[in-house]
Amino acid sequence: MNTIVQVEGLRKTYGATVAVDEVSFEVQEGEIFGIVGPNGAGKTTTIECLEGLRKPDQGTLRVLGVDPQRHGQLLRTRTGMQLQQSNLPERMKVWEALDLYCSFYPKAADWHELLVQLGLEEKRNTPFSKLSGGQKQRLFIALALLPDPQLLFLDELTTGLDPQARHAIWDLVRSVRSKGKTILLTTHFMEEAERLCDRVAILDHGRIVALDTPAALVRSLGGEDRIAFSLDGTLPPVFEKALSGVGWLEVQGERIVVHGNHGNSVPLISEVVNQLAESGIKFHDLRTEQPTLEDVFLNLTGREIRE
Amino acid sequence: MKSLLKMTWMETKLFLREPVGAFFTLVFPLMMLFLFGSIYGNEPSPLFNGLGTVDISIPAYTAMIIATTGLVGLTITIAAYRENGILRRLRTTPISPLVILTVQVIVLFLMTTFGMLLLILAGKLVYHMHFDGNALSVLAGFVLSSLSFFAIGFILAGLMPTARTAQVVGMVLLYPMLFLSGAGFPRELLPEAIKKVSTFLPLTYVVNLLRGLWIGETWGQHTTEVLVLAAMLVAGVLISAKTFRWE
Repeated sequence: MNTIVQVEGLRKTYGATVAVDEVSFEVQEGEIFGIVGPNGAGKTTTIECLEGLRKPDQGTLRVLGVDPQRHGQLLRTRTGMQLQQSNLPERMKVWEALDLYCSFYPKAADWHELLVQLGLEEKRNTPFSKLSGGQKQRLFIALALLPDPQLLFLDELTTGLDPQARHAIWDLVRSVRSKGKTILLTTHFMEEAERLCDRVAILDHGRIVALDTPAALVRSLGGEDRIAFSLDGTLPPVFEKALSGVGWLEVQGERIVVHGNHGNSVPLISEVVNQLAESGIKFHDLRTEQPTLEDVFLNLTGREIRE
Repeated sequence: MKSLLKMTWMETKLFLREPVGAFFTLVFPLMMLFLFGSIYGNEPSPLFNGLGTVDISIPAYTAMIIATTGLVGLTITIAAYRENGILRRLRTTPISPLVILTVQVIVLFLMTTFGMLLLILAGKLVYHMHFDGNALSVLAGFVLSSLSFFAIGFILAGLMPTARTAQVVGMVLLYPMLFLSGAGFPRELLPEAIKKVSTFLPLTYVVNLLRGLWIGETWGQHTTEVLVLAAMLVAGVLISAKTFRWE
Protein backbone atom coordinates (compact mmCIF):
# COMPACT_ATOMS: atom_id res chain seq x y z
CA MET A 1 0.00 0.00 0.00
CA ASN A 2 1.31 3.44 -0.84
CA THR A 3 1.91 6.18 1.65
CA ILE A 4 0.07 9.26 0.40
CA VAL A 5 0.91 11.70 3.16
CA GLN A 6 3.97 11.66 5.37
CA VAL A 7 4.51 14.16 8.19
CA GLU A 8 7.63 14.11 10.33
CA GLY A 9 8.18 16.55 13.20
CA LEU A 10 5.92 19.33 11.92
CA ARG A 11 6.19 22.61 13.86
CA LYS A 12 4.47 25.89 13.09
CA THR A 13 4.39 29.02 15.22
CA TYR A 14 2.54 32.32 14.85
CA GLY A 15 4.61 34.87 16.73
CA ALA A 16 4.99 33.53 20.24
CA THR A 17 2.15 31.02 19.86
CA VAL A 18 3.12 27.46 18.98
CA ALA A 19 0.27 26.22 16.80
CA VAL A 20 1.58 22.70 16.18
CA ASP A 21 4.68 20.94 17.41
CA GLU A 22 6.29 17.53 16.85
CA VAL A 23 3.39 16.33 14.77
CA SER A 24 4.16 13.13 12.86
CA PHE A 25 1.84 10.74 11.06
CA GLU A 26 1.29 8.93 7.80
CA VAL A 27 -1.79 8.45 5.67
CA GLN A 28 -2.07 5.35 3.49
CA GLU A 29 -3.72 5.12 0.11
CA GLY A 30 -7.49 4.59 0.21
CA GLU A 31 -7.76 5.59 3.85
CA ILE A 32 -10.05 8.13 5.52
CA PHE A 33 -7.76 9.73 8.07
CA GLY A 34 -9.17 12.15 10.61
CA ILE A 35 -7.51 14.84 12.68
CA VAL A 36 -9.69 15.70 15.66
CA GLY A 37 -9.20 18.10 18.51
CA PRO A 38 -10.70 21.03 20.40
CA ASN A 39 -10.85 24.48 18.79
CA GLY A 40 -7.39 25.93 18.49
CA ALA A 41 -5.67 22.55 18.77
CA GLY A 42 -3.86 23.06 15.46
CA LYS A 43 -6.02 20.98 13.08
CA THR A 44 -6.38 23.61 10.40
CA THR A 45 -2.75 24.67 10.67
CA THR A 46 -1.70 21.06 10.10
CA ILE A 47 -3.97 20.55 7.09
CA GLU A 48 -3.01 23.92 5.57
CA CYS A 49 0.70 23.12 5.87
CA LEU A 50 -0.01 19.90 3.96
CA GLU A 51 -2.01 21.82 1.34
CA GLY A 52 0.96 24.13 0.83
CA LEU A 53 -1.04 27.16 2.00
CA ARG A 54 1.19 27.66 5.05
CA LYS A 55 4.90 27.31 5.41
CA PRO A 56 5.99 25.04 8.29
CA ASP A 57 8.78 26.27 10.57
CA GLN A 58 10.18 22.78 10.96
CA GLY A 59 9.49 19.26 9.80
CA THR A 60 9.50 17.12 6.72
CA LEU A 61 6.26 16.96 4.75
CA ARG A 62 5.56 14.72 1.78
CA VAL A 63 2.21 14.78 0.01
CA LEU A 64 1.88 12.45 -2.99
CA GLY A 65 5.66 12.10 -2.66
CA VAL A 66 6.50 15.81 -2.98
CA ASP A 67 7.18 18.75 -0.68
CA PRO A 68 4.03 20.94 -0.60
CA GLN A 69 6.09 24.15 -0.41
CA ARG A 70 8.28 23.37 -3.39
CA HIS A 71 5.78 21.61 -5.62
CA GLY A 72 2.60 23.47 -4.75
CA GLN A 73 1.53 23.66 -8.36
CA LEU A 74 1.65 19.88 -8.71
CA LEU A 75 -0.42 19.42 -5.55
CA ARG A 76 -2.98 21.99 -6.63
CA THR A 77 -3.41 20.00 -9.83
CA ARG A 78 -3.69 16.57 -8.21
CA THR A 79 -5.43 17.11 -4.89
CA GLY A 80 -8.84 18.51 -4.01
CA MET A 81 -9.08 21.04 -1.21
CA GLN A 82 -12.12 22.11 0.75
CA LEU A 83 -11.23 25.01 3.03
CA GLN A 84 -12.74 25.81 6.39
CA GLN A 85 -13.41 29.39 5.40
CA SER A 86 -14.00 30.26 1.81
CA ASN A 87 -16.71 31.53 -0.47
CA LEU A 88 -17.61 32.15 -4.05
CA PRO A 89 -18.89 35.44 -5.44
CA GLU A 90 -22.49 35.90 -4.28
CA ARG A 91 -24.00 36.13 -7.73
CA MET A 92 -22.06 33.26 -9.28
CA LYS A 93 -24.40 30.40 -10.20
CA VAL A 94 -23.69 26.77 -9.31
CA TRP A 95 -23.08 25.67 -12.89
CA GLU A 96 -20.91 28.71 -13.57
CA ALA A 97 -18.67 27.93 -10.61
CA LEU A 98 -18.20 24.33 -11.78
CA ASP A 99 -17.64 25.40 -15.37
CA LEU A 100 -15.10 28.06 -14.37
CA TYR A 101 -13.12 25.89 -11.94
CA CYS A 102 -13.14 23.10 -14.53
CA SER A 103 -11.10 25.30 -16.85
CA PHE A 104 -8.30 25.53 -14.26
CA TYR A 105 -7.36 21.85 -14.49
CA PRO A 106 -5.59 20.11 -17.35
CA LYS A 107 -7.58 16.90 -16.86
CA ALA A 108 -10.79 17.86 -15.13
CA ALA A 109 -13.62 15.51 -14.28
CA ASP A 110 -16.96 16.02 -16.04
CA TRP A 111 -18.73 18.64 -13.96
CA HIS A 112 -22.16 17.66 -15.27
CA GLU A 113 -21.73 14.25 -13.63
CA LEU A 114 -20.60 15.82 -10.35
CA LEU A 115 -23.64 18.06 -10.38
CA VAL A 116 -25.88 14.99 -10.47
CA GLN A 117 -23.74 12.95 -8.10
CA LEU A 118 -23.86 15.68 -5.45
CA GLY A 119 -27.57 16.28 -5.86
CA LEU A 120 -27.15 19.84 -7.07
CA GLU A 121 -28.83 19.46 -10.43
CA GLU A 122 -31.95 21.33 -9.36
CA LYS A 123 -29.76 24.14 -8.06
CA ARG A 124 -27.63 24.55 -11.17
CA ASN A 125 -28.93 28.07 -11.85
CA THR A 126 -29.03 29.20 -8.22
CA PRO A 127 -26.61 31.96 -7.19
CA PHE A 128 -24.10 30.98 -4.51
CA SER A 129 -25.59 33.34 -1.90
CA LYS A 130 -29.00 31.64 -2.17
CA LEU A 131 -27.69 28.16 -1.35
CA SER A 132 -28.18 26.58 2.09
CA GLY A 133 -25.15 25.67 4.20
CA GLY A 134 -25.34 22.02 3.15
CA GLN A 135 -25.68 22.92 -0.53
CA LYS A 136 -22.67 25.22 -0.32
CA GLN A 137 -20.62 22.44 1.26
CA ARG A 138 -21.74 20.01 -1.45
CA LEU A 139 -20.71 22.54 -4.08
CA PHE A 140 -17.31 22.90 -2.42
CA ILE A 141 -16.92 19.12 -2.41
CA ALA A 142 -17.82 19.12 -6.10
CA LEU A 143 -15.16 21.79 -6.74
CA ALA A 144 -12.65 19.76 -4.74
CA LEU A 145 -13.47 16.69 -6.85
CA LEU A 146 -13.06 18.51 -10.18
CA PRO A 147 -9.33 17.71 -10.57
CA ASP A 148 -10.24 14.00 -10.12
CA PRO A 149 -7.84 14.09 -7.17
CA GLN A 150 -5.88 11.22 -5.64
CA LEU A 151 -6.14 12.94 -2.29
CA LEU A 152 -8.96 15.03 -0.87
CA PHE A 153 -8.51 17.51 2.00
CA LEU A 154 -11.69 18.28 3.93
CA ASP A 155 -11.41 20.89 6.70
CA GLU A 156 -14.38 21.07 9.13
CA LEU A 157 -16.69 19.74 6.49
CA THR A 158 -19.95 19.59 8.39
CA THR A 159 -19.63 22.43 10.90
CA GLY A 160 -22.87 24.38 11.06
CA LEU A 161 -24.94 21.81 9.17
CA ASP A 162 -28.16 20.18 10.36
CA PRO A 163 -28.21 16.40 10.98
CA GLN A 164 -29.79 15.58 7.61
CA ALA A 165 -27.18 17.51 5.68
CA ARG A 166 -24.42 16.04 7.83
CA HIS A 167 -25.50 12.45 7.18
CA ALA A 168 -25.85 13.14 3.47
CA ILE A 169 -22.31 14.49 3.39
CA TRP A 170 -20.96 11.48 5.30
CA ASP A 171 -22.51 9.18 2.70
CA LEU A 172 -20.90 11.28 0.03
CA VAL A 173 -17.45 11.07 1.60
CA ARG A 174 -17.78 7.29 1.88
CA SER A 175 -18.75 7.01 -1.78
CA VAL A 176 -15.75 9.14 -2.75
CA ARG A 177 -13.47 6.82 -0.79
CA SER A 178 -15.02 3.75 -2.40
CA LYS A 179 -13.71 5.10 -5.71
CA GLY A 180 -10.20 4.60 -4.35
CA LYS A 181 -9.44 8.13 -3.23
CA THR A 182 -7.62 8.98 -0.03
CA ILE A 183 -9.23 11.47 2.34
CA LEU A 184 -7.64 13.59 5.04
CA LEU A 185 -10.20 15.44 7.13
CA THR A 186 -10.40 17.50 10.28
CA THR A 187 -13.43 17.66 12.54
CA HIS A 188 -14.39 18.50 16.08
CA PHE A 189 -17.38 16.14 15.98
CA MET A 190 -16.34 12.87 17.58
CA GLU A 191 -19.35 11.13 16.12
CA GLU A 192 -18.20 12.16 12.67
CA ALA A 193 -14.70 10.84 13.27
CA GLU A 194 -16.01 7.59 14.72
CA ARG A 195 -18.42 6.92 11.87
CA LEU A 196 -16.24 8.04 9.01
CA CYS A 197 -12.57 7.58 9.75
CA ASP A 198 -10.42 4.49 9.46
CA ARG A 199 -7.83 6.10 11.71
CA VAL A 200 -7.93 9.13 13.92
CA ALA A 201 -5.22 11.39 15.32
CA ILE A 202 -6.29 13.33 18.41
CA LEU A 203 -4.57 16.69 18.53
CA ASP A 204 -4.39 18.82 21.67
CA HIS A 205 -2.38 22.00 22.23
CA GLY A 206 -0.63 21.38 18.91
CA ARG A 207 0.53 17.85 19.69
CA ILE A 208 -0.80 14.40 18.80
CA VAL A 209 -1.98 12.77 22.03
CA ALA A 210 -3.36 9.58 20.46
CA LEU A 211 -3.44 7.95 17.05
CA ASP A 212 -5.25 4.72 16.16
CA THR A 213 -8.46 3.30 14.76
CA PRO A 214 -11.56 4.61 16.57
CA ALA A 215 -12.28 1.10 17.94
CA ALA A 216 -8.76 0.70 19.32
CA LEU A 217 -8.89 4.13 20.91
CA VAL A 218 -12.14 3.23 22.64
CA ARG A 219 -10.69 -0.10 23.80
CA SER A 220 -7.61 1.64 25.12
CA LEU A 221 -9.80 3.58 27.50
CA GLY A 222 -10.36 0.22 29.20
CA GLY A 223 -13.51 1.77 30.62
CA GLU A 224 -16.66 0.16 31.78
CA ASP A 225 -19.85 -1.06 30.20
CA ARG A 226 -23.11 0.33 31.45
CA ILE A 227 -26.54 -1.31 31.26
CA ALA A 228 -29.45 0.93 32.11
CA PHE A 229 -33.12 -0.05 32.48
CA SER A 230 -36.31 1.14 34.14
CA LEU A 231 -38.50 -0.74 36.59
CA ASP A 232 -42.21 -0.64 37.31
CA GLY A 233 -41.77 -1.68 40.95
CA THR A 234 -38.86 -1.88 43.36
CA LEU A 235 -35.70 -3.86 42.89
CA PRO A 236 -35.47 -7.02 45.05
CA PRO A 237 -32.24 -7.10 47.11
CA VAL A 238 -31.48 -10.55 45.69
CA PHE A 239 -30.76 -8.98 42.32
CA GLU A 240 -28.06 -6.74 43.62
CA LYS A 241 -26.48 -9.65 45.48
CA ALA A 242 -26.49 -11.84 42.37
CA LEU A 243 -24.65 -9.21 40.33
CA SER A 244 -22.14 -8.32 43.00
CA GLY A 245 -19.45 -10.37 41.24
CA VAL A 246 -19.59 -8.53 37.93
CA GLY A 247 -20.51 -4.96 38.69
CA TRP A 248 -22.13 -2.41 40.92
CA LEU A 249 -25.53 -0.75 40.89
CA GLU A 250 -26.53 2.85 40.71
CA VAL A 251 -30.19 3.67 41.42
CA GLN A 252 -31.55 6.89 39.89
CA GLY A 253 -35.22 6.72 40.98
CA GLU A 254 -36.90 4.22 38.62
CA ARG A 255 -33.83 4.04 36.49
CA ILE A 256 -31.22 1.43 37.38
CA VAL A 257 -27.70 1.56 35.96
CA VAL A 258 -25.40 -1.45 36.23
CA HIS A 259 -21.71 -0.62 35.88
CA GLY A 260 -19.39 -3.45 34.93
CA ASN A 261 -15.81 -3.79 33.82
CA HIS A 262 -15.20 -3.91 30.11
CA GLY A 263 -13.82 -7.24 28.90
CA ASN A 264 -15.21 -9.77 31.40
CA SER A 265 -15.48 -13.37 30.16
CA VAL A 266 -19.29 -13.28 30.16
CA PRO A 267 -20.66 -10.05 28.67
CA LEU A 268 -22.34 -7.86 31.27
CA ILE A 269 -25.51 -7.70 29.23
CA SER A 270 -26.06 -11.52 29.47
CA GLU A 271 -25.55 -11.46 33.23
CA VAL A 272 -27.99 -8.63 33.74
CA VAL A 273 -30.71 -10.00 31.47
CA ASN A 274 -30.36 -13.51 32.95
CA GLN A 275 -30.72 -12.21 36.49
CA LEU A 276 -33.69 -10.04 35.58
CA ALA A 277 -35.42 -13.03 33.95
CA GLU A 278 -34.61 -15.42 36.82
CA SER A 279 -35.89 -12.99 39.45
CA GLY A 280 -39.03 -12.36 37.38
CA ILE A 281 -38.49 -8.59 37.44
CA LYS A 282 -40.49 -6.52 34.97
CA PHE A 283 -38.29 -4.00 33.21
CA HIS A 284 -38.43 -1.76 30.18
CA ASP A 285 -36.25 0.62 28.14
CA LEU A 286 -33.13 -1.46 28.57
CA ARG A 287 -30.11 -0.12 26.78
CA THR A 288 -26.38 -0.61 26.82
CA GLU A 289 -24.02 2.30 26.99
CA GLN A 290 -20.47 1.88 25.85
CA PRO A 291 -17.66 4.36 25.83
CA THR A 292 -17.41 6.32 22.60
CA LEU A 293 -14.64 8.22 20.95
CA GLU A 294 -16.03 11.26 22.72
CA ASP A 295 -15.21 9.67 26.08
CA VAL A 296 -11.70 8.94 24.86
CA PHE A 297 -11.39 12.50 23.62
CA LEU A 298 -12.61 14.08 26.87
CA ASN A 299 -10.41 11.74 28.86
CA LEU A 300 -7.35 12.85 26.90
CA THR A 301 -8.08 16.53 26.41
CA GLY A 302 -9.91 17.36 29.62
CA ARG A 303 -13.26 19.02 30.07
CA GLU A 304 -12.41 22.66 30.45
CA ILE A 305 -13.93 25.03 27.90
CA ARG A 306 -11.62 26.01 25.06
CA GLU A 307 -11.67 29.12 23.00
CA MET B 1 -5.50 30.80 -21.86
CA LYS B 2 -8.75 28.89 -21.68
CA SER B 3 -9.12 29.78 -18.01
CA LEU B 4 -8.24 33.43 -18.69
CA LEU B 5 -11.03 33.71 -21.26
CA LYS B 6 -13.54 31.80 -19.16
CA MET B 7 -12.76 33.84 -16.08
CA THR B 8 -12.94 37.12 -18.01
CA TRP B 9 -16.39 36.20 -19.29
CA MET B 10 -17.48 35.11 -15.80
CA GLU B 11 -16.26 38.32 -14.17
CA THR B 12 -17.92 40.40 -16.90
CA LYS B 13 -21.24 38.71 -16.11
CA LEU B 14 -20.70 39.26 -12.40
CA PHE B 15 -19.90 42.95 -13.02
CA LEU B 16 -23.13 43.43 -14.95
CA ARG B 17 -25.14 41.56 -12.28
CA GLU B 18 -23.90 43.96 -9.61
CA PRO B 19 -26.34 46.86 -10.07
CA VAL B 20 -24.35 49.54 -8.22
CA GLY B 21 -21.08 49.08 -10.10
CA ALA B 22 -22.78 48.82 -13.47
CA PHE B 23 -24.85 51.92 -12.71
CA PHE B 24 -21.90 54.17 -11.89
CA THR B 25 -19.82 52.95 -14.83
CA LEU B 26 -22.44 52.77 -17.54
CA VAL B 27 -25.61 54.65 -16.60
CA PHE B 28 -24.64 57.54 -14.34
CA PRO B 29 -22.27 59.27 -16.83
CA LEU B 30 -25.01 59.09 -19.46
CA MET B 31 -27.48 60.65 -17.02
CA MET B 32 -25.01 63.49 -16.38
CA LEU B 33 -24.57 63.98 -20.11
CA PHE B 34 -28.31 64.20 -20.73
CA LEU B 35 -28.84 66.43 -17.70
CA PHE B 36 -26.24 69.04 -18.65
CA GLY B 37 -26.94 68.57 -22.34
CA SER B 38 -30.59 69.43 -21.77
CA ILE B 39 -29.63 72.51 -19.71
CA TYR B 40 -26.85 73.96 -21.87
CA GLY B 41 -27.26 72.18 -25.22
CA ASN B 42 -24.12 71.84 -27.30
CA GLU B 43 -23.90 75.37 -28.77
CA PRO B 44 -20.35 76.69 -29.38
CA SER B 45 -19.31 78.81 -26.41
CA PRO B 46 -16.40 81.29 -26.14
CA LEU B 47 -15.75 79.96 -22.64
CA PHE B 48 -14.75 76.59 -24.13
CA ASN B 49 -12.86 78.02 -27.15
CA GLY B 50 -15.77 77.59 -29.48
CA LEU B 51 -16.76 74.10 -28.33
CA GLY B 52 -20.07 73.12 -26.74
CA THR B 53 -20.74 71.77 -23.24
CA VAL B 54 -21.28 68.24 -24.54
CA ASP B 55 -18.06 68.33 -26.60
CA ILE B 56 -15.95 69.05 -23.55
CA SER B 57 -18.01 66.85 -21.21
CA ILE B 58 -17.49 63.56 -23.02
CA PRO B 59 -13.71 63.30 -22.43
CA ALA B 60 -14.24 64.68 -18.91
CA TYR B 61 -16.91 62.09 -18.08
CA THR B 62 -14.66 59.41 -19.53
CA ALA B 63 -12.11 60.51 -16.93
CA MET B 64 -14.88 60.21 -14.32
CA ILE B 65 -15.58 56.60 -15.35
CA ILE B 66 -11.87 55.77 -15.20
CA ALA B 67 -11.61 57.17 -11.66
CA THR B 68 -14.79 55.43 -10.50
CA THR B 69 -13.82 51.98 -11.77
CA GLY B 70 -10.21 52.34 -10.60
CA LEU B 71 -10.77 53.74 -7.14
CA VAL B 72 -14.12 52.21 -6.19
CA GLY B 73 -15.02 49.31 -8.51
CA LEU B 74 -11.68 47.56 -8.44
CA THR B 75 -11.00 48.29 -4.79
CA ILE B 76 -14.34 46.96 -3.53
CA THR B 77 -14.26 43.86 -5.73
CA ILE B 78 -10.78 42.80 -4.67
CA ALA B 79 -11.30 43.67 -1.00
CA ALA B 80 -14.58 41.70 -0.97
CA TYR B 81 -12.94 38.74 -2.73
CA ARG B 82 -10.20 38.71 -0.14
CA GLU B 83 -12.49 39.27 2.84
CA ASN B 84 -14.81 36.44 1.82
CA GLY B 85 -12.07 33.95 1.07
CA ILE B 86 -12.82 33.91 -2.67
CA LEU B 87 -9.17 34.63 -3.47
CA ARG B 88 -8.16 31.94 -1.00
CA ARG B 89 -10.36 29.38 -2.74
CA LEU B 90 -8.90 30.34 -6.12
CA ARG B 91 -5.40 29.90 -4.77
CA THR B 92 -6.07 26.23 -3.99
CA THR B 93 -6.33 25.63 -7.75
CA PRO B 94 -3.51 25.59 -10.30
CA ILE B 95 -4.57 28.94 -11.79
CA SER B 96 -1.80 31.54 -11.70
CA PRO B 97 -2.31 34.52 -9.36
CA LEU B 98 -1.27 36.77 -12.22
CA VAL B 99 -4.19 35.51 -14.29
CA ILE B 100 -6.63 36.28 -11.46
CA LEU B 101 -5.48 39.91 -11.26
CA THR B 102 -5.12 40.33 -15.02
CA VAL B 103 -8.73 39.27 -15.44
CA GLN B 104 -9.84 42.02 -13.07
CA VAL B 105 -7.90 44.60 -15.08
CA ILE B 106 -9.28 43.32 -18.40
CA VAL B 107 -12.88 43.30 -17.21
CA LEU B 108 -12.74 46.77 -15.67
CA PHE B 109 -10.97 48.10 -18.74
CA LEU B 110 -13.65 46.62 -21.00
CA MET B 111 -16.42 48.08 -18.86
CA THR B 112 -14.75 51.49 -18.78
CA THR B 113 -14.40 51.38 -22.55
CA PHE B 114 -18.03 50.37 -22.86
CA GLY B 115 -19.01 53.36 -20.68
CA MET B 116 -17.00 55.70 -22.91
CA LEU B 117 -18.55 54.25 -26.07
CA LEU B 118 -22.03 54.82 -24.68
CA LEU B 119 -21.14 58.47 -24.03
CA ILE B 120 -19.74 58.91 -27.54
CA LEU B 121 -22.77 57.26 -29.06
CA ALA B 122 -25.18 59.48 -27.13
CA GLY B 123 -23.07 62.57 -27.93
CA LYS B 124 -23.10 61.79 -31.64
CA LEU B 125 -26.73 60.82 -31.96
CA VAL B 126 -28.33 63.36 -29.65
CA TYR B 127 -25.96 66.34 -29.58
CA HIS B 128 -23.96 66.14 -32.84
CA MET B 129 -20.73 66.07 -30.87
CA HIS B 130 -17.57 67.52 -32.48
CA PHE B 131 -14.47 65.38 -32.52
CA ASP B 132 -11.25 66.85 -33.96
CA GLY B 133 -8.73 64.41 -32.49
CA ASN B 134 -7.03 61.31 -33.73
CA ALA B 135 -9.00 58.27 -32.57
CA LEU B 136 -5.89 56.12 -32.02
CA SER B 137 -4.19 58.87 -30.07
CA VAL B 138 -7.25 59.26 -27.83
CA LEU B 139 -7.42 55.50 -27.35
CA ALA B 140 -3.76 55.42 -26.29
CA GLY B 141 -4.38 58.26 -23.81
CA PHE B 142 -7.42 56.37 -22.53
CA VAL B 143 -5.38 53.18 -22.02
CA LEU B 144 -2.61 55.03 -20.17
CA SER B 145 -5.10 56.86 -17.95
CA SER B 146 -7.08 53.69 -17.14
CA LEU B 147 -4.02 51.61 -16.31
CA SER B 148 -2.51 54.28 -14.09
CA PHE B 149 -5.75 54.62 -12.12
CA PHE B 150 -6.16 50.84 -11.86
CA ALA B 151 -2.61 50.69 -10.49
CA ILE B 152 -3.60 53.18 -7.77
CA GLY B 153 -6.71 51.08 -7.17
CA PHE B 154 -4.53 48.01 -6.60
CA ILE B 155 -2.58 49.85 -3.89
CA LEU B 156 -5.84 50.63 -2.10
CA ALA B 157 -7.21 47.13 -2.69
CA GLY B 158 -4.07 45.68 -1.15
CA LEU B 159 -4.38 47.79 1.96
CA MET B 160 -8.12 47.75 2.68
CA PRO B 161 -9.04 45.08 5.23
CA THR B 162 -12.74 44.84 4.26
CA ALA B 163 -15.02 45.70 1.37
CA ARG B 164 -16.76 48.19 3.63
CA THR B 165 -13.60 50.21 4.34
CA ALA B 166 -12.64 49.94 0.68
CA GLN B 167 -15.95 51.51 -0.26
CA VAL B 168 -15.66 54.36 2.24
CA VAL B 169 -12.03 55.17 1.45
CA GLY B 170 -12.65 54.89 -2.30
CA MET B 171 -15.62 57.27 -2.14
CA VAL B 172 -13.82 59.78 0.07
CA LEU B 173 -10.96 59.94 -2.42
CA LEU B 174 -13.20 59.91 -5.47
CA TYR B 175 -15.91 62.46 -4.85
CA PRO B 176 -13.95 65.62 -4.09
CA MET B 177 -11.62 64.73 -6.91
CA LEU B 178 -14.49 64.38 -9.39
CA PHE B 179 -15.58 67.96 -8.79
CA LEU B 180 -12.20 69.62 -8.31
CA SER B 181 -10.37 68.03 -11.22
CA GLY B 182 -12.78 69.09 -13.94
CA ALA B 183 -14.10 65.58 -14.50
CA GLY B 184 -17.64 66.11 -13.28
CA PHE B 185 -17.68 69.84 -13.81
CA PRO B 186 -15.80 71.98 -16.43
CA ARG B 187 -12.59 73.42 -14.98
CA GLU B 188 -13.28 76.71 -16.77
CA LEU B 189 -16.06 77.33 -14.27
CA LEU B 190 -13.87 76.76 -11.19
CA PRO B 191 -12.38 79.74 -9.28
CA GLU B 192 -8.60 80.23 -9.48
CA ALA B 193 -7.91 79.01 -5.93
CA ILE B 194 -9.57 75.66 -6.64
CA LYS B 195 -7.75 75.35 -9.95
CA LYS B 196 -4.53 75.50 -7.92
CA VAL B 197 -5.73 72.67 -5.65
CA SER B 198 -6.60 70.61 -8.69
CA THR B 199 -2.96 70.45 -9.81
CA PHE B 200 -2.40 68.07 -6.89
CA LEU B 201 -5.14 65.68 -7.98
CA PRO B 202 -4.17 62.77 -10.24
CA LEU B 203 -7.50 62.91 -12.03
CA THR B 204 -6.78 66.44 -13.29
CA TYR B 205 -4.04 65.01 -15.48
CA VAL B 206 -6.41 62.48 -16.99
CA VAL B 207 -8.99 65.20 -17.73
CA ASN B 208 -6.37 67.50 -19.30
CA LEU B 209 -4.83 64.74 -21.41
CA LEU B 210 -8.14 63.38 -22.71
CA ARG B 211 -9.66 66.79 -23.37
CA GLY B 212 -6.50 67.88 -25.19
CA LEU B 213 -6.23 64.76 -27.35
CA TRP B 214 -9.96 65.02 -28.04
CA ILE B 215 -9.58 68.37 -29.79
CA GLY B 216 -6.54 67.28 -31.77
CA GLU B 217 -3.67 68.39 -29.55
CA THR B 218 -0.56 66.24 -29.70
CA TRP B 219 1.10 64.12 -27.01
CA GLY B 220 4.01 66.56 -27.17
CA GLN B 221 1.76 69.30 -25.83
CA HIS B 222 0.92 67.12 -22.81
CA THR B 223 4.26 65.77 -21.61
CA THR B 224 3.48 66.76 -18.00
CA GLU B 225 0.26 64.75 -17.99
CA VAL B 226 1.92 61.77 -19.64
CA LEU B 227 4.83 61.82 -17.19
CA VAL B 228 2.55 62.10 -14.15
CA LEU B 229 0.30 59.27 -15.32
CA ALA B 230 3.24 57.05 -16.30
CA ALA B 231 4.82 57.67 -12.89
CA MET B 232 1.52 56.74 -11.20
CA LEU B 233 1.37 53.56 -13.22
CA VAL B 234 4.92 52.49 -12.37
CA ALA B 235 4.61 53.47 -8.70
CA GLY B 236 1.22 51.74 -8.43
CA VAL B 237 2.51 48.48 -9.85
CA LEU B 238 5.66 48.49 -7.72
CA ILE B 239 3.91 49.43 -4.47
CA SER B 240 0.96 47.08 -4.91
CA ALA B 241 3.31 44.22 -5.78
CA LYS B 242 4.86 44.76 -2.32
CA THR B 243 1.69 45.42 -0.33
CA PHE B 244 -0.88 43.17 -2.00
CA ARG B 245 -2.24 40.47 0.31
CA TRP B 246 -4.23 37.41 -0.74
CA GLU B 247 -5.80 36.82 2.70
